[in-house]
Amino acid sequence: MTRALAARHGEREQKLLGRSTVAICGLGGLGSNVAVSLARAGVGTLILADFDKVELTNLNRQQYKISQIGRRKTDALEDNLYEIAPYVKLVTRDGRITADNAAELVRDADVVCEAFDRPEEKAMLVNAVLGAFPEKYLVAASGMAGLGDGNLIKARKITKRFILCGDETSDISDGTGIYASRVALCAASQAHAILRILTGSINN
Amino acid sequence: MVKINGRDRDVSGATLAEYLKTAGYDPVRIAVERNDEIVPKEDYGKITLMDGDIVEVVSFVGGG
Repeated sequence: MTRALAARHGEREQKLLGRSTVAICGLGGLGSNVAVSLARAGVGTLILADFDKVELTNLNRQQYKISQIGRRKTDALEDNLYEIAPYVKLVTRDGRITADNAAELVRDADVVCEAFDRPEEKAMLVNAVLGAFPEKYLVAASGMAGLGDGNLIKARKITKRFILCGDETSDISDGTGIYASRVALCAASQAHAILRILTGSINN
Repeated sequence: MVKINGRDRDVSGATLAEYLKTAGYDPVRIAVERNDEIVPKEDYGKITLMDGDIVEVVSFVGGG
């Protein structure tokens, strides 16, 4: 597997990715897609955190299957990732992430991926993580709902270590719906930013 | 001038909390970086904005 990945990525990049740990907070439309991309890329360890179970309405954008409805997202995603990339170490954390437990959850991560859906929780996580670990990289997301122009989904450097992906405007509460394609654009933007950070490409 | 989200604002002397209120931000949906450091929510009222400060206010929207 390592040789296959190195053939696609280069040995130097593969070594860097294989040594890395990424915490994915939220395993919904963003988090499940980010997890698949990072697992395929051969990131060494993924910390997967969510409290929720798979529901039918998730399937329009989240990386789960009909047969997994009712299962915990941590369990279901672990199974799905194992079938894609069995050598990625998966650490699952079932339960709500709060301002009190966020720091401990992400302590071992090189990069933290914010993948919640509610704006209050997004703000909570960003403040908690950057407050506790100013040296960690954080890739957050805001604005991916609706059928607006996909070209508006961007990765913006807020500061050297805080990157925000999305169009920063389109709110799910606008009532314009939420689609797999646009959510995937945002999740891919996050996953790509994370790979660029881990391989040292982000400052090029 | 204080640079806020890339634009110069004439708000030096105001606290961060005062600025955020006049600008209409919802404090539970935002994260604020000032000169490359995250500002804890409990400090919004204690920080006085100064000339040359570079501030980024990220206001989150829902979906994910």
